[in-house]
Amino acid sequence: MPYDEALERFEPVLGLETHVELGTASKMFCGCPTAFGAAPNTQVCPVCLALPGSLPTANAAAIESTIRIGLALNCSIAEWCRFARKNYFYPDMPKNYQISQYDEPLCFDGYLDVEVDGKTVRIEIERVHLEEDTGKSTHMGGATGRIHGADYSIVDYNRAGIPLVEIVTKPIPGTDRLAPEVARAYATELREVMRALGVSDVRMEEGSMRCDVNVSLMPRGSSEWGTRTETKNVNSLRSVERAVRSEIERQAAILADGGRIIQETRHFHEDTGSTTSGRSKEEAQDYRYFPEPDLVPIAPDPAWVASLKAALPELPRVRRKRLQQEWGVSDLDMEAMHNADAIDLVEATVAAGAPPADARKWWMGELARRANEAGVPLSALQITPDQIARVCAMVAGGALNDKLARQVLEGVLNGEGSPDEVVSARGLQIVNDEGELSAIIDQVLADNADAAEKVRGGKIAAVGALVGGVMKASRGKADAGRARELILQKLGVSE
Amino acid sequence: MSLIHKSAAELGALVARGEVSAVEVAQAHLDRIAAVEPKVNAFLHVDAETTLAQARRVDERRAAGEELGPLAGVPIAHKDVFTTVDMPTTAGSKILEGWRPPYDATVTRRLREAGLVILGKTNLDEFAMGSSTENSAYGPTRNPWDLSRIPGGSSGGSSAAVAAYQAPLSTGTDTGGSIRQPAAVTGIVGMKPTYGGSSRYGLIAFASSLDTPGPFARDVMDAALLHEAFSGHDALDSTSIDAPVPSVVEAARQGDVAGLRIGVVKEFGGEGYQAGVLARFHETVELLETLGAKVVEVSCPSFTTALPAYYLIAPSECSSNLARFDAMRYGLRVGDDGTRSAEEVMALTRAAGFGPEVKRRIILGTYALSSGYYDAYYGQAQKVRTLIARDFQAAFQQVDVLISPTTPTTAFPIGERADDPMAMYLADLCTIPSNLAGNAAISVPCGLADEDGLPVGLQIMAPVLGDDRCYRVGAAVERALADRWGGGLLAKAPAL
Repeated sequence: MPYDEALERFEPVLGLETHVELGTASKMFCGCPTAFGAAPNTQVCPVCLALPGSLPTANAAAIESTIRIGLALNCSIAEWCRFARKNYFYPDMPKNYQISQYDEPLCFDGYLDVEVDGKTVRIEIERVHLEEDTGKSTHMGGATGRIHGADYSIVDYNRAGIPLVEIVTKPIPGTDRLAPEVARAYATELREVMRALGVSDVRMEEGSMRCDVNVSLMPRGSSEWGTRTETKNVNSLRSVERAVRSEIERQAAILADGGRIIQETRHFHEDTGSTTSGRSKEEAQDYRYFPEPDLVPIAPDPAWVASLKAALPELPRVRRKRLQQEWGVSDLDMEAMHNADAIDLVEATVAAGAPPADARKWWMGELARRANEAGVPLSALQITPDQIARVCAMVAGGALNDKLARQVLEGVLNGEGSPDEVVSARGLQIVNDEGELSAIIDQVLADNADAAEKVRGGKIAAVGALVGGVMKASRGKADAGRARELILQKLGVSE
Repeated sequence: MSLIHKSAAELGALVARGEVSAVEVAQAHLDRIAAVEPKVNAFLHVDAETTLAQARRVDERRAAGEELGPLAGVPIAHKDVFTTVDMPTTAGSKILEGWRPPYDATVTRRLREAGLVILGKTNLDEFAMGSSTENSAYGPTRNPWDLSRIPGGSSGGSSAAVAAYQAPLSTGTDTGGSIRQPAAVTGIVGMKPTYGGSSRYGLIAFASSLDTPGPFARDVMDAALLHEAFSGHDALDSTSIDAPVPSVVEAARQGDVAGLRIGVVKEFGGEGYQAGVLARFHETVELLETLGAKVVEVSCPSFTTALPAYYLIAPSECSSNLARFDAMRYGLRVGDDGTRSAEEVMALTRAAGFGPEVKRRIILGTYALSSGYYDAYYGQAQKVRTLIARDFQAAFQQVDVLISPTTPTTAFPIGERADDPMAMYLADLCTIPSNLAGNAAISVPCGLADEDGLPVGLQIMAPVLGDDRCYRVGAAVERALADRWGGGLLAKAPAL
């Protein structure tokens, strides 16, 4: 069902479960390193392979990171809580139980405010808890790369035991037609909070941040929530938005036909932008949670928690408010920069000496256009904030105009060197030689006698065409302002 | 006296003085093992070459002037649940047959460093689940006092090895009585330290919140020396207590009970207890009074609910702890013929690799933890556990130690309770409360039952980290009885 029609008939309720791999040097319950991309099964030991007799010991740095995340998300921090075992058999889980937390999360009852469409939406956080990652299975043979139909599977336990924080929202009603945007804004904001805290590299494409998206629909006017689905395999911020939209459309079509939504796990597909049913669970899994007897309870000292809170860095939203004020931009411009992931770049460009308006203009204009053409994020462009600041300085100093500046940027992006190198190699200096400019103007006046006559006759607006002619004749290198002055002077007209 | 009849303390002193080498001591015990093992079946693994190499290394360290502990050069047998880098570790199960651990348990490592020489790995009930060693996948161990009877369990190989003079010392683990009960029925000393006092790292888990490594020896001082040698905080075990080890050797040396307040647990005795066991126990109570202790009766009403609570908590934890035996990374693998899924191979392996008692407990625990039953079973059992801890706390307000018979009966015949799990479980009636509360408890011999001439054990229970009190009272009883008998109880055992 088309999205607009779906929204006319139904109201969506969202929920997001986000897993963030912490960037600690060692694993959650042993001393193994956590570096990404090592040869398979080289970062393992008796503990993370679950050899008989081995025991876990909790990583204090991971507990500290989790508490800092909880504090940044305005959560209460448990004074006493335990790890719990989540029991289920799977070959990539060495113990056949995952050490997680169940009814005693380390952090609970918080919120995260996000900006959508110029409005603030408060996302309530149910819990933030700490657990361990599983190993990684690769299914060999078969067409789908999934376990069904595969000839055999291989397992890499390097990832087994990497600390994982799970952040669960409360159900989010009332987002209405903005549900996809709210979901994306939440994931974006959460990612920035993690970056500001320095607790994770939050790379969705490498799996260090993973979002599961829950969606249910209820008929307009109803207050009873519908059956939800949980969509996994959502590997980018854009996919978060697309997955919500696709699920709303799919569920609406089923409900409108009088069908029933099955509570299930679904998989998002990047290529089609739609979800398919995951392995059907014939019966609900019973994880037989119980408190982990191998680990002592966590009882964070309240004074220590208070000191962690006091030492939190400036959080992204606060920082954006500050920058918005410093830069003097509108809410919508700020949101646009945020959505384009341009704030860090603009800030660095300003720090390198560019005026905020110019920095924003280049990143959100020319560079955003080029990034979009290339299908890459802004940060992937082969140009630095320092280089943009240099170009801004050349424009401000009169050495370049905007048109030339665009050519300089193009040169830098092509790998032709620094802005100064591109200017000299391409000969992009503005024409400042009055004699040369004067000669060009004389030629243009001669070639455009009609326009010159109109200006002489008092129609000053016609001067634009003459300036344009000068710019064309100089291949853009003339200073348009100076050219205008000289034309008027030569025609004996004053404004 | 031959080397095998000497105490660990004496052997350590002889080696220290250079009067005998560690190699000679090890060889004497290897000879004894070779002679009596066909009758006793205490060991799952003996490897003379490895043992002698270890002994040579100790002699070299001593010759090089290295400062070694009082047990350097003394042989020891390890229950086959402690990992050893140089010997296989099976937990008495087919599912781990032939598994060679790449790492040493903390207990193993510390004792290796202290210069103890490993004779081998001893038999046990599979995954330490049982009270008779009949649940071993490798056949039962026999009681040196009467080869038709059980040596206790689950650490029955360790108790039999020490009682049969195959080893002067051995290690065991006590989850519901698995050190104290075998010690009692084989006439030796067995100690369950305070939970967290000895590291579980490298101990193949049965029930994590209960499992406690501890020593077996033929006398209280030897047990204390071994206790001290492997105890103390271990950063690899989160539940390990970061506190000084109670001064157990000093307490064993002291061995005096004058002025001590001793409580007799009212709930342990009467129906179901063998007359000969009760007779020896009551004599020991009188003995303690004559030694100057003040003995009173103390009621611990919740102790009667300990057994059912234990049989919910221990199976629950084991159902999860044993999930890792899935054929994926180590151990037995059954049915991997290229056509079956991983799940099928897991199921076939577990069906073939686990024995009936292990399966019974896994199923029991899986049920007790399942959604909808958790509160009624596991949750309720944890409440009982709290009540038992409170009973202990209240009791230790009144008295310094509590005492009881270690077991309701002496060693029973092999096969007698094999098909009756409930009768088997009753063997741990008196020992389980200390596991649930985590406090220290020891069993020391207190005589032979009249009706069968088999050993009876006295259990001495002390508060958490009050392990020294167990040794103090145990040593006092041991000395007074030795005076009465003209030697240790084991001197009365028939020759093998």
